[in-house]
Amino acid sequence: MHSFGYRANSLLTFAVTILAFMCAIVSFSFSNQTPSAQIQILNINWFQKQPHGNDEVSLTLNITADLQSLFTWNTKQVFAFVAAEYKTSKNSLNQVSLWDAIIPEKEHAKFWIQISNKYRFIDQGYNLRRKDFNLTLHWHVMPKTGKMFADKIVMSGYSLPDAYR
Amino acid sequence: MDWQGQKLAEQLMQILLLIAAVVAFVAGYTTASFRTMMLIYAGGVGVTTLITVPNWPFFNRHPLKWLDPSEAEKHPKPEVAVSSKKKSSKK
Repeated sequence: MHSFGYRANSLLTFAVTILAFMCAIVSFSFSNQTPSAQIQILNINWFQKQPHGNDEVSLTLNITADLQSLFTWNTKQVFAFVAAEYKTSKNSLNQVSLWDAIIPEKEHAKFWIQISNKYRFIDQGYNLRRKDFNLTLHWHVMPKTGKMFADKIVMSGYSLPDAYR
Repeated sequence: MDWQGQKLAEQLMQILLLIAAVVAFVAGYTTASFRTMMLIYAGGVGVTTLITVPNWPFFNRHPLKWLDPSEAEKHPKPEVAVSSKKKSSKK
């Protein structure tokens, strides 16, 4: 500790080490998580077979969700997306993302939105007629420091019509 | 700084940084604000730097007694027969 540079270096190193410990402790903040969501398909706008031979459908969705309980003081944002999940003879699981959003604050985490699908719902093939599928709301809780956690709510019972419209 | 001052500086630095960390964490946790915690901790690091890094007078309360140059001349070092090595004095 005999010189300016020696003391400054020692202080900085110790300060950063303590900062690392603080961040580690903060990353263990967990909340009692009780998220809820509901999705309604209001309308099937159109349902066609594309020139390449793949089915495509356009839906109007009504998404209601309350993800407020996921937020802690260590949450930077929550990334939420809705995926349609179904099985075909070619793939045991197809997941098509229909909509997503970044929720930066707790206040915005309780929402109701009615939109047509943000991303196109196109199948790998022409399997969508009379297809039963689940709509799953996935979310990723992105922390300010620490591990990111992801979870989902699966809502089943949706299906597409027999014929193209 | 003298030896006692260096020890004091090191201890002060460690204690002040730990206190800053604890205060910052408690303040951040109770206000649920990560930002508050970081700002208070940064402030604490700044204050600790101001207190412990510069060469303040209170770190030099037990100054070392170096030998006066006029005294040193009265007691010359013994000459070595074969080769003479000159020792440079410490600052």
